Amino acid sequence: MTIVLRTKNISKDFKAVQALKAVSLDVSPGERVALLGHNGAGKTTLFRIILGFLRPDVGVVTIDGNAPGSAAARRDVSYLPENVAFPKVLTGREIVSFYAKLKSAEPAQVAVALDKVDLAEDADRRCGTYSKGMLQRLGLAQALVGSPKLLLLDEPTSGLDPLSRRRFYELISNVSRNGTAVLLSSHGLSELEAKTDRVAILRKGELVANAPLAELQHSANLPIRIRIRSNADDVESVHQQFGGQRINGTSVEFNCTQREKMERLSAIAQLGDAASDVDVSPPSLDEIYRHFTIEDPEQGGVR
Amino acid sequence: MSAILAVAQTEIQIGVRNRWVVLASIILLVFALLLVLLGSAPSGKTKADSLTVVVASLSTLSVYLVPLIALLLSFDAIAGEIDRGTLQLTLASPVSRGQVLLGKFLGHVTVLSLAIVFGYGIAGVITFIVGQNTSIAGLVDLGRLVATSIALGATFVAIGYVASASVRQTGTAAALAVAIWLFAVVLYDLALLGGLLASADGVFAKVLFPYLLVANPADAFRVFNMASIDAAGVSTGLAAGGSAMPFLPQFAIISPLIWTVVALALSTLILKRVQP
Repeated sequence: MTIVLRTKNISKDFKAVQALKAVSLDVSPGERVALLGHNGAGKTTLFRIILGFLRPDVGVVTIDGNAPGSAAARRDVSYLPENVAFPKVLTGREIVSFYAKLKSAEPAQVAVALDKVDLAEDADRRCGTYSKGMLQRLGLAQALVGSPKLLLLDEPTSGLDPLSRRRFYELISNVSRNGTAVLLSSHGLSELEAKTDRVAILRKGELVANAPLAELQHSANLPIRIRIRSNADDVESVHQQFGGQRINGTSVEFNCTQREKMERLSAIAQLGDAASDVDVSPPSLDEIYRHFTIEDPEQGGVR
Repeated sequence: MSAILAVAQTEIQIGVRNRWVVLASIILLVFALLLVLLGSAPSGKTKADSLTVVVASLSTLSVYLVPLIALLLSFDAIAGEIDRGTLQLTLASPVSRGQVLLGKFLGHVTVLSLAIVFGYGIAGVITFIVGQNTSIAGLVDLGRLVATSIALGATFVAIGYVASASVRQTGTAAALAVAIWLFAVVLYDLALLGGLLASADGVFAKVLFPYLLVANPADAFRVFNMASIDAAGVSTGLAAGGSAMPFLPQFAIISPLIWTVVALALSTLILKRVQP
């Protein structure tokens, strides 16, 4: 079977809100998929359904062909909840070996997992003394034992400093290289550091995007911002030629589409002394994310 | 089975490391020693084995302290783990919820047993050495007290799980545990006393009372221990009328055992419905 996680038309209603609306999302072995969305967009609900804690009202979920929550599915899935607080008086090694026993994993896997997440040296210290980054890596080590086919990580990098975050994504990439499918959730695109193969975006329970990052950038078709630095004498004529708005007295800033970009740049090149510098800013990851998560992109985040 | 033992082992490790065992032992020991020292004054020079006298006092102490310690140990077991996110992790692994609960039960009862054995054991040994007329029979009484205190504790550990599984917040579970304790060891007895006063010769006193008394595991514990050492003529309180029971008072110990099984089954059922 080539797909580890298959979800088809999942819908789930809570009393007042529809948490998930016809969500279909597949994850293949070795694939890293990021699930994005605001708080309350349905990310955690989807995770709880995949874990078998909740039943969907409509739709089918299978994990390597098995029903979620079945013994076979639970052997295949490893989970790292957001904000897990391990008992402070236990050491890292004790915690990982506890979950290894629950998963009937080989005891030797404990040291291997701790080593993989760079915790081998601190494994015998009580985890009450760990930093936030170390605790997240401990959570990952716990998820790695038992050689899962699917890793479910709920906001694993929120609250980490950029260095720890980068290291965390490196570790996840190493895991996926061995064929483990990874589904992780996050608040925003910029957090991901472009370290995932595919990005799925949930908006109010609906899957509004599900594609590689480059494809999302393309399909969002957000304008590119160009800023020309001119001088006091020529700025007026540059402004008339390119439109947009004047900034700081000597600069002009305007937006153009991806298709117009080269044509505009060659026009700028012909300005000669009238242009002393030019900045080209492609849409940021945050702007792309906002494009997909705001209801009406025309009025919303796109400037 | 290995999953149950893993959960139990972790609970014991936590109980020992966060000094739960030491603290509970000290509390039991301090109260027991107070009873040993103060209790020897009024009994004066009787023929009774002073260890047996102490055991009688300790069984009254157990009725209050052991359920309290047991509930404090167990109220956090499920609601607290949901709060901290660790129950989600445990339940995502291939163990059944019944196994998790049974493992916690074994672990918590072991922690409690250690505290009772240390606390009462040390107090008993001190009495045995300094007391009058102490004999092996007194040690048997002490052993029975320790064993039944563990059984009583196990009952309230299991009842604590019911409270912990029924609510989502740790704070609510704590309040529920305190309410259970207050009802079981204080209010229930007051209500029974009230009933006795209201109709000293009625159906209540003659027929219902003994059964209602042993229906409460804490009272059943007291009835059993008092009846067992009644020969020494030192029993007191509600249970003193044990000889007037319509059944052998020794059977009273069945009550906490039934409660344990019922509470464990009930909390497993509730836990199976929890959506972490």
